[in-house]
Amino acid sequence: MSEVLVLVDHVDGDVRKSTLEMLTFAKRLGEPTAVFVGDAAQGEAAASTLGEYGAEKVLVASDPAYSEFLVAPQAELLANLIETRQPAGVLVPATADGREIAARAAVRTGSGIITDASDIAEGFVATQSVFAGSYTVSGRVTKGTPIVAVKPNSVSPEAAAGAGAVETVDFAPSDAAKTARVVSVEEKPQSGRPQLNEAAIVVSGGRGTAGDFAPVEALADALGAAVGASRAAVDAGWYPHANQVGQTGKTVSPQLYVAAGISGAIQHRAGMQTSKNIVAINKDDEAPIFELADYGVVGDLFQVLPQATEAVNARK
Amino acid sequence: MRIVTFVKYVPDAAGDRSFESDNTVDRSVDGLLSELDEYAVEAALKIAEDEDDAEVIAVTVGPDDAVDAVRKALQMGADSGVHVLDDALEASCALGTAKVLAAAVKKVEEEEGPVDLVITGLASTDGQMSVVPVQVAELLGRPAATQASALEVSGGTAKIRRDGDTASQHIEVTLPALVSVTDQINEPRYPSFKGIMAAKKKPLEEYELSELGVDAGEVGAAGATTEVVELTERPPRTAGEIVTDEGEGGNQLIEWLASKKLV
Ligand SMILES: Cc1cc2nc3c(=O)[nH]c(=O)nc-3n(C[C@H](O)[C@H](O)[C@@H](O)COP(=O)(O)OP(=O)(O)OC[C@H]3O[C@@H](n4cnc5c(N)ncnc54)[C@H](O)[C@@H]3O)c2cc1C
Ligand SMILES: Cc1cc2nc3c(=O)[nH]c(=O)nc-3n(C[C@H](O)[C@H](O)[C@H](O)COP(=O)(O)OP(=O)(O)OC[C@H]3O[C@@H](n4cnc5c(N)ncnc54)[C@H](O)[C@@H]3O)c2cc1C
Repeated sequence: MSEVLVLVDHVDGDVRKSTLEMLTFAKRLGEPTAVFVGDAAQGEAAASTLGEYGAEKVLVASDPAYSEFLVAPQAELLANLIETRQPAGVLVPATADGREIAARAAVRTGSGIITDASDIAEGFVATQSVFAGSYTVSGRVTKGTPIVAVKPNSVSPEAAAGAGAVETVDFAPSDAAKTARVVSVEEKPQSGRPQLNEAAIVVSGGRGTAGDFAPVEALADALGAAVGASRAAVDAGWYPHANQVGQTGKTVSPQLYVAAGISGAIQHRAGMQTSKNIVAINKDDEAPIFELADYGVVGDLFQVLPQATEAVNARK
Repeated sequence: MRIVTFVKYVPDAAGDRSFESDNTVDRSVDGLLSELDEYAVEAALKIAEDEDDAEVIAVTVGPDDAVDAVRKALQMGADSGVHVLDDALEASCALGTAKVLAAAVKKVEEEEGPVDLVITGLASTDGQMSVVPVQVAELLGRPAATQASALEVSGGTAKIRRDGDTASQHIEVTLPALVSVTDQINEPRYPSFKGIMAAKKKPLEEYELSELGVDAGEVGAAGATTEVVELTERPPRTAGEIVTDEGEGGNQLIEWLASKKLV
């Protein structure tokens, strides 16, 4: 069976859910091989998890250049693997790094790339949602090796027995790739909540919170949800940009999206319109967000959210 | 200092965006400069203001109307514009577009002199792939510092901040280089009346592919590395049940969630 390369998304060796989702797609398309870039010991430790989701091989590539320089060394590695192994296709996470690694590898190998795929069928026919979710497009790479950047939360990870056999990749990135130096890294404080684009439920607040996100966070915690924000809330400095949902923030498609004090501008919709269920709380009954809400409450979020939080907690 | 900014012309997101029968984007609707490229133009103008003898050149690749994207950049303050226009460009994929943009940078260098910095937006507001900038950098063999939410250029280096989910990275590249910027970087200026009048007299070059040394077979439908298999318009989401809070709104909401097995 033909090999499908999956670029592992991990944080210090902790494999992210999006990787298991990619392995699930890869298994449907051929024989999954995980490509782990990072610390060798962490790669070996991750191999068992990767194997449980179908990875037959786990290629571990370690070189200081991968973390000391922005994406180009990893792109060189991926291009090298494509050329030497001739896989049927390559899946990468649709993150900032993932799509740039893929885009550069595509140039080097003369391949096409499809981004933000929410499904991949036989022949690497990838489905994406475009124009703020108003069209669904399926497309295919016609030259080179299919390279597809997969959107997180697109499929439920399915366990599948794979050997997870570790192989060390012997590849040294060239000096030409070592040009964008990472001079320092500032870790961000972590909220302890689920990752925005991996969460099953997202509760978001907008300008209507007037800067007070406490009721939004309380409902999110009661539901085990991630917290999102509109750009208006982010621009006002009320919530970090990493939590922004929309065209210039994250695209999410959770089981449930709750928008509180958000009007529903097209750029916000672009980031949440493909959610399975949408709930809106807004005091203006003419807010456009109600046009796409499966359930809406016209009311003051400072009344509605705390009552809802209490009701959730009472059910536990 | 010579700075090139990439400016893409896109269909207006506020209008009805759709596709033609050949599965390419319907470009007959009203279009405009991709909003995210305004941040790139602003970043270039800011750098130019601090330098003696700096020059900002706005480059677009696209159909007739795409010249409007360049005009907007000129109105904001860019010094000159380049429009790559050729029938063979229609239905280009990302890689094809990147090849043309890279060739356009080389053309500017031939005509004007070395380009120190290429500044682009984070992503176009139509294709939204966020891949063209690094592809151009790869083709030009220049360093790329992408997704900058802060940018500082001095003494032949560009320093940026790249914000991720778990950390922010500080990245340094030696010029000549390419930088892509996010909407967190600045507040783009509106063209002033003076700027709008001045733009009319600014030089605007139009090039065909042959003048850039790009083979038509490498771009457009002929050179495309991807193809659309199927296109479906998603039925618009319809409004569901809307209740007005009369003291029970929060409870009603959770009952609805429970009925959907979401709590
Ligand atoms: C809805 C839709 C889906 C598409 N899907 C795919 C796909 O899956 N695979 C594929 O290969 N192609 C695809 N295309 C075609 C491809 O998007 C465009 O042909 C191409 O120009 C590059 O992609 P982008 O617009 O997403 O650019 P991005 O990579 O998002 O652009 C980033 C930046 O590059 C600069 N830039 C990009 N294009 C231009 C330009 N023409 N002129 C000046 N500056 C520019 C701008 O500064 C922009 O901010 C799609 C197009 C559309 C409209
Ligand atoms: C290039 C570009 C990119 C953009 N990208 C994004 C993006 O990624 N994400 C994004 O979100 N936006 C984005 N925007 C901005 C977008 O156009 C809107 O301005 C923004 O989404 C508005 O945020 P909001 O809904 O929180 O604020 P508003 O539109 O001001 O809405 C606030 C809502 O809160 C309601 N409200 C007020 N008080 C209460 C209360 N006590 N209880 C209940 N409801 C209340 C009001 O009725 C109103 O409907 C972008 C814009 C541009 C030009």
